[in-house]
Amino acid sequence: MSTFQIDFGEGQPESKIVGIDLGTTNSLAAVMDLTGPRILSGIVPSVVSVADSGEVIAGAEAREMLLTHPERTVYSVKRLMGLGFQDVQDDLKLFPFHLAPGGDAVLKLQLGEQVMTPPEVSAHILRKLKRDAEAVLGTPVTQAVVTVPAYFNDAQRQATKDAGRIAGLEVLRLVNEPTAAALAYGLDKRKEGIVAVYDFGGGTFDVSILRLHEGIFEVLATNGDTHLGGDDIDNLLLRIALEDIQSEWAEDISTKSDAVQILRRAVITAKETLSFVLSTAIVFEYGGKRYERAMTLDVYDRLIAPIVERTLARCRACLQDSGVKVEDINEVVMVGGSTRIPLVRAEVEKLFRTRPHTELNPDEVVALGAAVQAGILAGDVQDQLLLDVTPLSLGIETMGGLVSKIIHRNSTIPASATEQFTTAVDGQRNVLIHVVQGERELVKDCRSLARFDLKGLPPMPAGLARIEVKFLIDANGILNVTARDVRTGAEHSVEVKPSYGLTDEQVEAMILESFEKAQEDFKERQLREARVEADAIRAATEKARRDDAFSSLSDAEQKLINRALGELLVVYHHSDHLLIRAKIDQLNAVTHSLAEQMMNTAVRGALKGTKI
Amino acid sequence: MRFYQALDLPPRLALDPEDLQRRFYGKSRQWHPDRFSRAPAAQQQESLEMTAVINDAFRTLRDPVQRAEYFLGEHGLGPTKHAPAELLEEVFEMNMALEELRSGDESARPPLEAARGRFQHLLAEIDHGLYDMSIRYDEAPDESLLHAIRSGLDRRRYVSNLIRDVDKELESNVHLSN
Repeated sequence: MSTFQIDFGEGQPESKIVGIDLGTTNSLAAVMDLTGPRILSGIVPSVVSVADSGEVIAGAEAREMLLTHPERTVYSVKRLMGLGFQDVQDDLKLFPFHLAPGGDAVLKLQLGEQVMTPPEVSAHILRKLKRDAEAVLGTPVTQAVVTVPAYFNDAQRQATKDAGRIAGLEVLRLVNEPTAAALAYGLDKRKEGIVAVYDFGGGTFDVSILRLHEGIFEVLATNGDTHLGGDDIDNLLLRIALEDIQSEWAEDISTKSDAVQILRRAVITAKETLSFVLSTAIVFEYGGKRYERAMTLDVYDRLIAPIVERTLARCRACLQDSGVKVEDINEVVMVGGSTRIPLVRAEVEKLFRTRPHTELNPDEVVALGAAVQAGILAGDVQDQLLLDVTPLSLGIETMGGLVSKIIHRNSTIPASATEQFTTAVDGQRNVLIHVVQGERELVKDCRSLARFDLKGLPPMPAGLARIEVKFLIDANGILNVTARDVRTGAEHSVEVKPSYGLTDEQVEAMILESFEKAQEDFKERQLREARVEADAIRAATEKARRDDAFSSLSDAEQKLINRALGELLVVYHHSDHLLIRAKIDQLNAVTHSLAEQMMNTAVRGALKGTKI
Repeated sequence: MRFYQALDLPPRLALDPEDLQRRFYGKSRQWHPDRFSRAPAAQQQESLEMTAVINDAFRTLRDPVQRAEYFLGEHGLGPTKHAPAELLEEVFEMNMALEELRSGDESARPPLEAARGRFQHLLAEIDHGLYDMSIRYDEAPDESLLHAIRSGLDRRRYVSNLIRDVDKELESNVHLSN
């Protein structure tokens, strides 16, 4: 069988940059077309599970395993990105995260026999999106724009970038989710004026206020909470139901993880139903018992009011920071699944005194915006430009544990600040700089970002050294630090010790590991393909041996064929696909004349029955 | 005067906000890293650094007070820490009233509110004076004017800190009584 090689030459399309919404609950990829952004394939639930075989599964299949294998499955991992052990104590009470020992600067999750950091879990979701996108586009996908909550700090952003690298994606840009939504919204409508984006998702809340002018999307201010979302509503309802069940059944089911996951699914269904009707019920069946609790919209609204109020407080702070008066807001755009809640819509309308836009699909608009940003980076979209801000102030630790702010929150990024440092003691050889993020006055109330060590200063009397350090927040909202000796002008080396997150070496090791796994996967596939082919030629040869043509062959020829077939059967279970292929080729060669004879006989037979 | 250069502006103390915004958008379109994502690394770095300066420049220059402070700093005139002598007596009385309010004496509230009103009025006066001097300086640059602007800025800083302190105290006590 001959094969054709079609040479597409130079006309082959350049691989696309995809836009990815890596959400707490669901993830989605989109791409920019000539006609605009479009969603690629379906929604991928942000759930990862390790099957009994050790295979890692991401997406809808993993979400089903949440019910059958809760101990081996993780959801809402976005809540853990860029955090340390101390940060997640509250979440651990509410989420079935199984922490593995040894997670100091980076948490480690136990999934069955495997241990994974949150960026590795996210990488499995990204890899699933990457593969789905490649299947639809028909080209390899290697570059992406990934969205993050606007209020993500440096470590959370870095963790997201790491996840991309581990998944084999170069993350060209991190875009803030509300800004991405504004981009998708404004691009379509060619809007001008002041727009507020209210983004209430599965696990995070963001609000951003933007000025749209001639294709420029300038973020004036942003605010949010990276641990506030639909998850919190689910957990609230779950807690109530668990208490109810305990008093009704006189049984505590909160320790049974499968029961909790089934109940969680039931409260989510009730929550979602209450977006459309005035009353529903939480229905739960387990171990032959049934629990049912009616819930009216009134009661539900009262229960969730404190959560909604927390988002409104962030909105008021954002308004104040933006310097915009509420009456100057022209539009309010709603993003995220939790904006389907009627109380949320009503309260947002009341606060901004504008009827919020709900015609966009709140689940898709962020991915679409990410695709628009991908188009901007690729040069396909020329007239649009996004000017975003850093959500948190950047400061350095000074005497007495105080913070000296060097870049203020809501500064347009890229933003920079330069500070001079010197030595305090004679002969001091290095200077340690502690960088923090946050709005508070004391270091202990801010978030430690990293320690930078300026090493190798020449010994000098105290105060004589002059090291100029430049802090630069790039367009991704990630800090870069460079240092220069003021006297000599020479670049000074800076050793970075991130307070939370993976070191570069750790990420490299994970990339290598996943690459090796990908190699294994590839080998596995080649082996399977070779065996499929071997099966086909085996079946054909066995059939031919029963044919008249076979008996007309010489003994020597028959022996050759039998030996070649035997050899193929011997190597069939070998793990080297090349060996199987070699034996297939051999069998092909020795059966060549047989095949020709059979063909001739068949043609003759066919001709006999045909009147010419 | 790096910040003025970054936005192609002549070094002036008084600037038109709309013109400034236009220049900021124009320069952003030209230099933003989004425009260089497929350029060689050296060009990407240049765009990153240029954009950082453009952003820092716009942020500083759009605020008249920060702009004046930057302008004076470039002329070697940093802020001084002198408290304006003519205000000392009033500040002394205000601090007494703040102390009384902190210890729960609500009768201190009305005089504090009155003092805040006077300081806000003073702040507006100072701003007006600064604006006048800025225009005059742009027309005919004169070193002595710069010194006058510096003492105006010093007074302004002092007064706005006072207002901030009073605001904080008046508000936090409202919360307590609720």
